[in-house]
Parts: sequence; structure tokens; C-alpha cells
Amino acid sequence: MIKLADIVQWIHQWLTDVLPAFWATIAANALAGIAILSLVLVCVIICVYMERKVAAFMQLRLGPMRVGKWGSLQVLADVIKLLLKESFVPTRADKILFVVAPVLVLTVSLMALAPVSFSDGVQMWDMNIGVLYITAISSLGVIGVLMAGWASNNKFSLVGAMRAGAQIISYELSAALSILAIIAMTGTLSMNELVQSQADGWWIFKGHIPAVIAFVFYVIAATAECNRAPFDLAEAEQELTAGYHTEYSGMQFGMFYLTEYINMIVVSIIASTLFLGGWQPFHIYGFTAFNQVMDYIPQFFWLMGKVFFIIFLMMWFRWTFPRLRIDQLLKLEWKYLMPISLVNLIIAALCTVMGWHF
Amino acid sequence: MNREELKAYLTETFPTATIGDTFDFPLIVVAKENLLEVVGKLKNAPETKMDFLFCETAVDRIEQFEIVYHLTSTTYRHDMVLKVMLDKPELPELPKIDSVYSLLEAAEFYENEIFDLFGVTFDGHPNLRRMILGDEWPGYPLRKGYEYPDIEQTLK
Amino acid sequence: MEPIINFAADVEKTDEFVVNIGPQHPSTHGVLRFQTTLDGEIIKDIVPIIGYIHRGIEKMTEFLSYKQSIYLTSRMDYLSSFMNNQACALVVEKACGIEVPARAQAIRILMCELQRLASHELWWGSCTMDVGAVTPFFMAFRDRETIMDVFEANTGNRLTTNYILPGGVMMDILPDFIPQVKEILRNLKNFLPEYEALVNGNFIFQKRMKGVGILTKEQAISLGVTGPVARASGISCDVRKLHPYDGYEKLDFKEVVADGCDSWTRYLVRLEEMKQSIHIIEQLIDNIPEGDFRTKTKAVLKAPEGEYYQRVETARGELGVYFVSDGTAKPYRMKFRSPNFSNLAVAKPLNVGAKIGDLIASMATIDLVIPDIDR
Repeated sequence: MIKLADIVQWIHQWLTDVLPAFWATIAANALAGIAILSLVLVCVIICVYMERKVAAFMQLRLGPMRVGKWGSLQVLADVIKLLLKESFVPTRADKILFVVAPVLVLTVSLMALAPVSFSDGVQMWDMNIGVLYITAISSLGVIGVLMAGWASNNKFSLVGAMRAGAQIISYELSAALSILAIIAMTGTLSMNELVQSQADGWWIFKGHIPAVIAFVFYVIAATAECNRAPFDLAEAEQELTAGYHTEYSGMQFGMFYLTEYINMIVVSIIASTLFLGGWQPFHIYGFTAFNQVMDYIPQFFWLMGKVFFIIFLMMWFRWTFPRLRIDQLLKLEWKYLMPISLVNLIIAALCTVMGWHF
Repeated sequence: MNREELKAYLTETFPTATIGDTFDFPLIVVAKENLLEVVGKLKNAPETKMDFLFCETAVDRIEQFEIVYHLTSTTYRHDMVLKVMLDKPELPELPKIDSVYSLLEAAEFYENEIFDLFGVTFDGHPNLRRMILGDEWPGYPLRKGYEYPDIEQTLK
Repeated sequence: MEPIINFAADVEKTDEFVVNIGPQHPSTHGVLRFQTTLDGEIIKDIVPIIGYIHRGIEKMTEFLSYKQSIYLTSRMDYLSSFMNNQACALVVEKACGIEVPARAQAIRILMCELQRLASHELWWGSCTMDVGAVTPFFMAFRDRETIMDVFEANTGNRLTTNYILPGGVMMDILPDFIPQVKEILRNLKNFLPEYEALVNGNFIFQKRMKGVGILTKEQAISLGVTGPVARASGISCDVRKLHPYDGYEKLDFKEVVADGCDSWTRYLVRLEEMKQSIHIIEQLIDNIPEGDFRTKTKAVLKAPEGEYYQRVETARGELGVYFVSDGTAKPYRMKFRSPNFSNLAVAKPLNVGAKIGDLIASMATIDLVIPDIDR
């Protein structure tokens, strides 16, 4: 069976053969960047389509049906529409910040994909602090949101941006603490090693209660970090019209829209890498035949399946839950999630020290 | 109290006022100076407890304005109408009357509306503004013989 | 316990700023503007600014005959147009001494209660949507649509029905009206528990509603609030019970009064009212009397000189029509005491000190219809 890693290796080999070493590295990096970018864009298109269909079926509707079979080309039509629209800058806006903000937000969220391990040996940059890098990078996005809110010179945008700031910074904590619970058990920050450590079982099964709690909390915190309902206070359509991107139009708005979905993909990748075994297939101990069948599914599809499962969870939340109020949101984080996460971390550490996990 | 009892009570309590009838409710016409006193008494007296102002409006009777208060009691559920006759000075001078806001908060919006559409000012109103038409609108449309402005001119 | 250093007062002195919520805003449900003064998220002051769709209905009636005025009333509260028509028709009937046949009365009540159901359906959808849950909106509209179909078939219009006239109703109901309504009732009885299962038990929804937007009984009385809003504050004010009209006195139904005073109670009161409406329709649907659907009235009605007042219970509260006649064929003055205009007064006591999110949630439970405020 051809593995994804072999193809990557083969391309790399070919590049080093035909080009001098320096140019080969550059070309390899560029190719990897393009590959990840196109992968993410395809995923976003699937996500947007999926979001619409999930929403529609939850709301007794059919969703987009006109463009293409089952409305499958609707997203493409929307992208064309966004590209053709004028990217309008309000007169009294801070023009530089206004234009830079969406670009910054998008760049930051794309940067977080660098250390992701897509399959065995397929990774753009296997850094030894991969998880730390992702957590650090993903919290930079809030600066772009604050910039957008401030530069728009719109009060709704400003309120939305301040909400986003308060919310994302708060929920970073419990997200990081949940991640730490798993890090404590594995003892590594490298994405690749994290996945390798789950060859004999996913952490959500191996890690007992602390891992389950950490997973649940991570999904909650990740939903909040992505500004998705029920934590979509930064956008809060009914309260702030559209929050921090009220004044944006055309592709500038498109970038925020894109970022929302890329962020979802990133946090889902982290969640599946840490808790659901990344690209490791699902194995049941002792069922050899079953395990071999599972092994035949390419590892890349395992990762994507898990990612889309978590994305589906987040969509499910969005279309069933009402929105929290800002003080309730912060109360939930500071009074419940963070203290419990801290206790959970201690339990996880205890489990590790005593060797209670498998 | 039913209608007859209420009328008898009103006649007894407010000797200076005129007691009458509308089709539905007993009617009391009071002088402009006594308005607050009468409304206060109606609201606080244990026999009437008229604490709910469910309609306040004005009627332009050519020579005079009638300010009409519809009152009811949430305790006894008897209704009555209270009227004040107001002299109508030539524009731009506006007639003046005491606001009942201090007794019945519901009057705030009704009186704003009357001020806007009839041009009657209310003393002691917390926030008297042209609520519906806006400050620039010429004249008071619900007055009889109101001349419509040239819309093109108004909107300029 | 007092904090040792009061950070809020000394260190973090913040500026207030004014935000106009509306007239174009997703959750004011029309062109209403709240001029809010905010300190961060907290509302310091709120002034409702209205008049964006003022059409001068009261002035227009002075140039129209009584029958023509009916058509304007449909345009006030477009979600209670039957009740608006009815109020205007009743006051003219009262003034001119017109008898209404029993069949017409029954049809009026049926239509009004269906309208109340449809209106509360729409409120339920928009209320939950204002809190942030979008899905219930579609469920509400699915069920409301069946009622609107009945209206469309029987009256020719979905919103501005102009169906109830002095002397009866515009035209007789269609033969399949009764089975259709029965079908609607059967569906609604299944769907109401579904609504409750979807939304009522939701923890976040309860958190957003309970203890929020407190309107005490004293405030409600003083502000002249009526309808479900007042009934949720413990005031019994259902006109159908207190001053029955069109034969409501013969029907068995409960006035829903609760004294929770908060958004959650207002929400429950409306849901309960829907059940009562279903109960009313069930009593009548098999017992529509035979006979005329309208008495013949003169082409031009003239009311004797005098003042008349008629109130009806719309889906949002008490609609009063104050009708001054000078004996001619046109009203001398017609004042519509619209429920939303009075209910708007709660905006300030309800929201000062609350947060922006609460403003939206608690105003959603007040259920304002803006054309009715402006008239």
C-alpha cells in the first residue's frame, strides 16, 4: 500500500536531486505550504457546506439546493460573490488597521497549522514544542479581532471586540490546562510524539476520568475560543448586529469568515491529536481482524474523520443552544471551568506518577 | 363600586366638579387647577383606588381642548373618565396643564404624544419631547383645521 | 464584605458612551430606536425613540367613514389585525346600536383566538431567536404558516385581514374551515410539548430568563402595562374576562396570571395563553351557530353625538378605542390606545442597570410590534 509519507518522501528526494540544497528546502517548504493551504481551504468549503446542511436539517429545512447537485456549488458561488463585492472602508475608520486586521487574523490561524501531524511522517515542521506553539499562536488572533473592532470606529464593533478579548483570553486558560493534563501523561510537547504515544489506545480511553474531563472542557473552551454559539458573544447578531466585523464587507469579511472555520479546524485537529489519537486508527484490544480492517483506512482519513466529528459537535451546539450573557460566560470560565481544570490537572499528574493509566 | 355608586361618591367628594356621563363610564370634569389634587385623591382614597391610567388623550373642541383621562382601579375594577377643559390660545402660544406623571407614570408617553400632536405643554413632565414627529415638524397635526405642510419643503 | 481597595471606583474610571440600538437592528423587530447610554456592557440610561413609521392613522380616520376606518386599524398591530378590526367594529356597533348575529360573534372569536395563537407562535420564535437560539424560530414558523393559510383562504389576506366589520364579518367561513382548524389544533397539541422540550428545559435559556427584567406589580400598574406582560407581574387585566365582548362570557377559559415578574414568567404566561386559546377554539369549533354572518347595515353609518370607549384583548394587551362622535358620518376623534405604546414604557425600569444581552432578552419578552406604537 502506498503511504502518504512515501509520496512526500519521494517529492522531497526529487527536489534535492534536481536542485541545490538551499533551493530545495525553499521549494519543499513552499510546496508544503501550498499543500496545507489548499487542504485547509477544501476543508473550509466542506465545513461551510456542512454547516448549512446541518443547520438546515436541524431547522426543518433543506438548505442550499439550487447551485449544483444538492447545492454543492453554493459555497463556490458565495466565494465569487464575496470576491466581486467592494471591500468598503468607512470614512472615519483607521484605514491601516482596518485593512491589516483581517489579514492578521487569517495569517495567525494559518500559522497554527505548521506543526500538525497529518499522517505518519507527514508533517511540515516537527518541532519539539508543537502544542505550545499552537496555543501561543492561536491566542494571537485576538489582537486582530481587537484591531478590527477598534479600527472600524463603530460602537457595536468595539463592544464586540472587547467581548472577544475578554472571552478568548479567559478561555485560553482552561483550554491550556486541559491540554496540560494530557501533556502530563505523555511527557512530550511534540505533535508527532503525542500521536505516537496513542498507538496502543487513545488518551480518552487510556487516561481515565482526567482525560475525559479534559476532553469535554477542551471542546467547551475551544468552542468559546472560536467565537461559536453558545459563546458567540463577540458577534452576537441579535445584540451587536455582527460584532467586530460589522463594518467589513467583500473579501475582508470573507477573511473573517474563513478564519472562523480555519480556527474550528485547528482546534479540532488539536483535540483529535491529543485525545482521539490523531491519525491512529481505532483499535479494540484483542480483535485482531477488526484492527487490521481499521488499519486499511488511510491514516489521513482517520484524522479528518475525527476532525469533522468534533466540528459536527460544535455545529450541533451552535444550532441548538441559546447564547450566554457576558457575565455568565466569564463566570462559567473563572468559577467553574478553570478551578475544575486545575484540580483535573493535579489528578492527571497523580495518575501519571502512580502509573494508573495504561 | 358600580357606576351609580361611583357617581354618587364623586358628587359627594368633589363638590366643585361637574359630574356627568359618557356612554360607558361616569365622567367628572374638573378645573385645571384642581387636576393633581383630584387625581391624587382618586388614586389614594381607599374607596376608589384609581391607580391605573389606561388612556390619556386630548380632543380639539375648536374653542377649547379637552384633556381626557381614563382611569381604572386594579383593585375594584371600576372605571371612570376625568376631563379637564383647557383654553386654546393662538399659536405659537401653547396651552399649559399640570402633568400627572408624578402620580401615574403611564402619563409620560401619553403626554409626550399629546404634546407632539396637539401642542399642549405639561408642567412637571420629566422629558417632554416631540416623540413621534420630531422637533422639526411644523404645527400640531391632530388639531382641527391643521394645514398640511408642503412635504417637499418639510423634508428639505 | 467590602473590598479593601475599590478598584471599580478609583482605578478603573470609565467613560460612558451612547449607542443607538436601532432603528435598523436585527432584534428591535421593526424601526424602533433605543438610545442607550452604556458604561461598558451596563446600561445606564435608555430612551425609546419612536415615530419612524408614524402614519397618522388617528388623523386619517377623521376624513373617513366609520367603515373605512376599519381598514386602517389592520395596519396598526399587524399581528393582531383581527382584534384591531374587532375593537373598531365593536365601538361603531355600540355607538350605532347594531346587533351582531351569533354566528358572526362565534366566527370573530375563532379568528381572534387563531390570531392570538399565530401571534404567540411568532413571538415564541423571535423571542428564542433574540436569546440566540435560531432553530426554534423555524419550528414556530412551520406551525404559524398553517394558521396563516387558513386566514388567507378565508379572508383573502395573511396579515392585514380587514375581516371584521360593523355588523358581523366580511364573508362567511369556507366549508373546509372547520376540518382545517381541527387539524391545526391537533398539530399544535403535539408541537407545544415539543417547544417546551426544546427550549424550556435548556439551562442557558433559563439562566438568561430567570430573574432578568424584573417588572414589579407596582411598576406595572403605575406604567399602565397590560396584556401578558402585566399578567406576568400579577395584575389580572384580561379584558376578555373583565369586560367580556362578543360572547367571551359564555366560554370557559382561565385568565393566566402569574407573579414571577421576570422574563421567564412572561415567557411561561404566553405559552400558557396558547393552551387557553386552543381550549377556547375547541369549545367553539363544533358549535358555530347557523344564521347570518352579518347584519345588513346602512351604507353610511352615523353615530349619535357622544363618547364611546371599547376595549379588546389583543395578543399584546388591551386595545382601547376612544371614539368621539359629533353626529356626522365621520369620527370627530378616534384615539387608539394601543397596548404596545403603553408597554414600551417598561423599557426604562426594566433595563437600567442591566446588560446589553439582557436588554435584548427582556424586550423580546415584552413582544413589541412597532407599527402599533407609532400608529
